[in-house]
Parts: sequence; C-alpha cells; structure tokens
Amino acid sequence: MSTLSAIVLRDLKVALRAGGGAGIGVIFFLTLMTIVPFAVGPDMPLLTRIGPAILWIGALLASLLGLDRIFAADHEDGSLDQLLLSAAPLELIAAAKGLAHWLATGLPLVIVTPLLGLMLGVEPKSLFAVALTLFVGTPGVTFLGLVAAALSAALPRGGLLAAVLVLPMSIPLLIFGVVSTHVAIADGSLGAPFRFLIAISLFFLVLGPVAAAAALRHVRE
Amino acid sequence: MNFQSDGIRLTASGVSCVRGGRPLFAGLSFELAAGGAITVLGSNGAGKTSLLRMIAGLLAPAEGTIELRGGPGSVGEAAHFLGHLDAVKGALSVSENLDFARALLGGGGASNEIALARLGLNALQDLPAHMLSAGQRRRLALARLLAAPRLIWLLDEPTAALDAAGKEVLIGMMDEHRTRGGMVVVATHLELELEDAREIFISNGRAV
Amino acid sequence: MPLIDYANPNRFQKVAAWLIPLSGAAAVILIALGLLMGFRAPPDYQQGEMVKVMYIHVPFAWLSLAAYTLMAVSALGTIVWRHPLADVSGKAAAQMGAVFCFLCLVTGSLWGRPTWGTYWDWDPRLTSVLVLFLLYLGVLALWRAFDDPNRAGRAAAILALVGFINVPIVKFSVDWWNSIHQRSSITLGKSAIDPAMLYPLLISAVGFFALFLALYLAAMRNELLRRRARTLRILRSAEAEG
Repeated sequence: MSTLSAIVLRDLKVALRAGGGAGIGVIFFLTLMTIVPFAVGPDMPLLTRIGPAILWIGALLASLLGLDRIFAADHEDGSLDQLLLSAAPLELIAAAKGLAHWLATGLPLVIVTPLLGLMLGVEPKSLFAVALTLFVGTPGVTFLGLVAAALSAALPRGGLLAAVLVLPMSIPLLIFGVVSTHVAIADGSLGAPFRFLIAISLFFLVLGPVAAAAALRHVRE
Repeated sequence: MNFQSDGIRLTASGVSCVRGGRPLFAGLSFELAAGGAITVLGSNGAGKTSLLRMIAGLLAPAEGTIELRGGPGSVGEAAHFLGHLDAVKGALSVSENLDFARALLGGGGASNEIALARLGLNALQDLPAHMLSAGQRRRLALARLLAAPRLIWLLDEPTAALDAAGKEVLIGMMDEHRTRGGMVVVATHLELELEDAREIFISNGRAV
Repeated sequence: MPLIDYANPNRFQKVAAWLIPLSGAAAVILIALGLLMGFRAPPDYQQGEMVKVMYIHVPFAWLSLAAYTLMAVSALGTIVWRHPLADVSGKAAAQMGAVFCFLCLVTGSLWGRPTWGTYWDWDPRLTSVLVLFLLYLGVLALWRAFDDPNRAGRAAAILALVGFINVPIVKFSVDWWNSIHQRSSITLGKSAIDPAMLYPLLISAVGFFALFLALYLAAMRNELLRRRARTLRILRSAEAEG
C-alpha cells in the first residue's frame, strides 16, 4: 500500500475509532443551525435570506474544530517524527493528512447540508447545488487550515490560535461560497462565483500543504 | 537481508548544539562506517537526544553538517528514530501499527509474525495498542525496526521500560543489524554492552 | 559598506543610534510642513474640512501595506536567506504595521462619520484594511505564542508569507463582495485630488514614512536588547545550576 494512502487510512481509522471525528462535527453543525433561529426569530423569510450565510459560517467553524489536532496529536505521541523520516515528500504527506481530516470532518458536513438547508427554508430543488458549493469550499478551508495546524502543532492551546490564523484568509472562500449558494438557490445553477470558489479552493489545495511542510520543517524546534 | 553499505559513511563535522539559548556542545565530529556503532553517554539533559535528532534531520544543528556520504539520500530517509515517545497509535491494533510503519518507512523486512514473535508480542497482535503496557509499547516500537529495514538505527534510551529479557533481545537485534551492514547510534545514561563501539560523552557543554 | 554588513547586531545598533533620531527629525519636519500646507488648501466642496484627515489617513493606508510587504520580505530573509536580523525586522514591521493599520481604521472611521453618517459602513477599502489588521494580529499572536524567539520568528515568517500571498485574493473578494451587493455609498476619497491637496499629501506621506522608519528601527533595537537580556538570564541560570 502506498505511503500516502496508508496515511489517509490510518488517520481515518484513528478519527473514527477514537471518538469525536465525524460525529461531533456534524452535531456541532446541527446545534449551530438550531440556535440561530432562537437568536434571530422564527421569521422564515429572514432565515431563508440568511440561510446560506449561516450554513457557511457553521461549516467554517465546524471545519476549524479539531484543525489544530491534525498535527498536534502526532506531535504528542512521537508519530510526527516518523512522518518526517519517510521517503515520501513532506508536502504530499501534509496533503494526505489534510485529505483524511476533510473526509472525517468536512465531508459529513456536506452530506448533512441538504437536511439543514430544509430547516432554513431552502427550496428542495436547490439543495444539491447548495451541498455542491460546500463540497467545493470545505476542502479549501481544511487545506488552508493545514498551515495553521502545522504552526501550532507544538503549542499548548493551539486550537483557538489556529482558528484565529485561518479565519481572515478564509474570507474569500466565505464570500464566493455564500454567493454561489445564493445563486444556486435562486435558479438552481452555478455560475461565475462558483468558478471563483473552485479556483480559490484549488489554490489553497496547493498552498496549504506546501506551507504546512515548510512549517513542520522549520518551526518544530 | 543485508545492506549494500560498504562505501557508505555517516559523517558529522563540527556539529554544535544550542537549545533554549544554551550551548550544549560544540565542534563534535565523527565518522561511522557499515557495521559500526556509537554509544552516546551523558546525564539527563546533556544533549544526547538533541544529537540523535540532529542526525535524523529532525533538528537543525547550530553549526556543522551531518551527512550520509555515498548514500542515495538524506540521513533521515535512511534512518530509524526511536525516541522517548513510542509513536504508537492507541486506536490501531498492534499489527496495524506495524503495517503502517512498513508503509511509511519502507517494506521488505520481517513479517508481522516474525517481528512480533521476536519481541514476544504475537499473542497481542490484534489488540488495540492503547491496551498495552509501557514495556509492551516499547517492544512494539522496536518491532518497527525489524519490519521496515533501514540502514541507520538512532535509538534514544531504548532500554527504558524494558525488562532484562527485553534488553537481551534488543542487544541481539543491534548485533544482527551491524552484522548485516547496518549502523547503530545509541544514546543512554547507563552502560550498554556494545562491541567495538565508539563512545561519545556529552557533559557540561562539551562532547568528547 | 554593503547592506549585508548591517547584519551584525552591534553594527546595527551603531547605525540605529544616529539613523533613528535623523528619521525622527525628518518626520517631524515633513509632517508639520505637509499638514501646514494642507490646512492652508481650500476645503473640499463636498466633504468640507473633514477631507483633511486624508493627509494622515491615506499615508497610514500606504504604510500598512508597505509594512506588510516589508514583513513579507523579512520573512523571505528568515526562511530562505537565513539573514540573522531578518526575523527581528519582521517582528518590528509587524508591530509598527499593526499600529499604523489600526490608526488607518480609526482615521477612516472618523472621516466616514460626516460622509456616511455612521462610524462604520463596510466600505470596501476600509473593510480590506480591517482584514489586513486581522492578518497583522494573527502574526503578532503567533510571535507571542512561542517562548523561543527564533522559533517564533520562523513561524511568523511562514504565516506572513502565506498572508502576503493571500492579500490580493482577499482584496479582490472584498471588492467583488461589495459590488454584488450593489452599494452606492460614497467611497472615501474617490473624488480626484486637487493639485493643491496633492503636494501636501505627498509631503506628509514622506514624513510619515520617515516616522515609520524611525519607529521600526527603534522596535528592532528594542527586540535585540530584549533577546540579549533573555540570553544573559539563561546563561546566568545555567551557571547557577553549576
């Protein structure tokens, strides 16, 4: 089995077996969506208008959950040293870990999105497009977050710091993501904003692992 | 399997180490050939771990270079590093941990059965690793050395948490590794019986 | 003497000793001159006297971006060229850049009050500056998170470079976001600048750059002293242990 697929599988196994993982992110997302109407009022037209924004902010925050753990857990048990000794390029190893994290945390959110969309008054015909925008955007968030995860791997309370570092740079994803979702709801199609979303996400898919590898090499000690 | 390591040398020249602003040692040089061994001695905190991490490429030396002359890649790609932490994932079973090590560091070594049997762990093959005792986890980490063959073994206090039987197995493993052309660098604050091993003694800011 | 020789911290301290007061003096003179000329220019037909806050707001905006660029160049110096003063430069640029960025936001808000009627309007330019301020805060937070200044410097350098690469993307997104929400509010300073106002602006801008230089060098000097104190403390505790 190739090194990279072994890393993805191992991280998935650990995430699924060791509690947390897919479940907690989805529950967090669901809880967030539920409390918004309590804050805003059960005004369906308003909720429909801000629905995509809330979905995206929720997905963003839920993705940042456990972001710092991507490398911190390995740092704490000595596995990170082993990863650095592998013959595989560190950038690809970082990407493999990012992929595993997204599969365990981001993908479940995408799957749950149509259900939550209904709660927020999104038309059924638009739910697939909505989920698709999140499907494209959440990997961008995760891979961008790889840098913050790598920088805070050895820090004691890296969680909040990682989120603080990632959020400003995820604003472009948020902007194009929400607008893509609005367009998807309006006429069930995906236009120019969606293409920008794809482009930015792809850019982070490359930048994230490269910067994360640099951080792992230079910052650990 | 034997390593094709006749012309390969692990060399360090003028290496110095500064940790937390404090100089631990300076001007250390050595050369290690196939079949050779180095024991790094010194009290706790002297810099033994730092030296091993520098050889592995996990830590950059403040001065000097460490390289693998005649070897295909960097030292790290040819080395096993066994640190204070065992690098064992509790959520995975014993054999899953070994399989992963093989995928990460290269296969072609002993099978799980053989490696685990050598270290007395084959009854625990399918047990989740978080159920192992400290000594058993240490032995699982050692099994990694057999499952994924690599030229250089960098062992930091490998006998910690091992009982007398475990130490015997370890010494046997190290001797065999050297016979096959491998190299061993062991850091320890106790004496470890290795034949023909160069000793490096780190203490109070100097290495000899 | 080639620029690289200023790498030696002691040599740097010697240069800083005269360069800081010199830039400071130049700053005071130029800023005073620029503001004096500026206040003598006629008030803007649309925004009245308030437009004169532009003489400090616009230089602050330019400085925020220039400081971030300086931080990014320092970051390259830290990671790629391993220059000994690079991370100190990066920290100083981050600190001073954050301050000027904050002042840009404050003056922008004050300028906006008579123009928009509120203290904040999510004007696209000012919003971009706000995001830039958040990026600065992230870099500063990373500096504080590490005990070892060398590690902190490398971490902050990587973050600064990633942020620098992202700045154009963020700017583009914020502008796009603003345009699709079809806002028609007046952007600060959109009207063409009268030549009578341009020269005071440029002079005060140069003055503020000189001020930045003085503060940045002073911050570098302070950081070097701080590290020296830390090293001495560590060595003393090592001696005490025996």
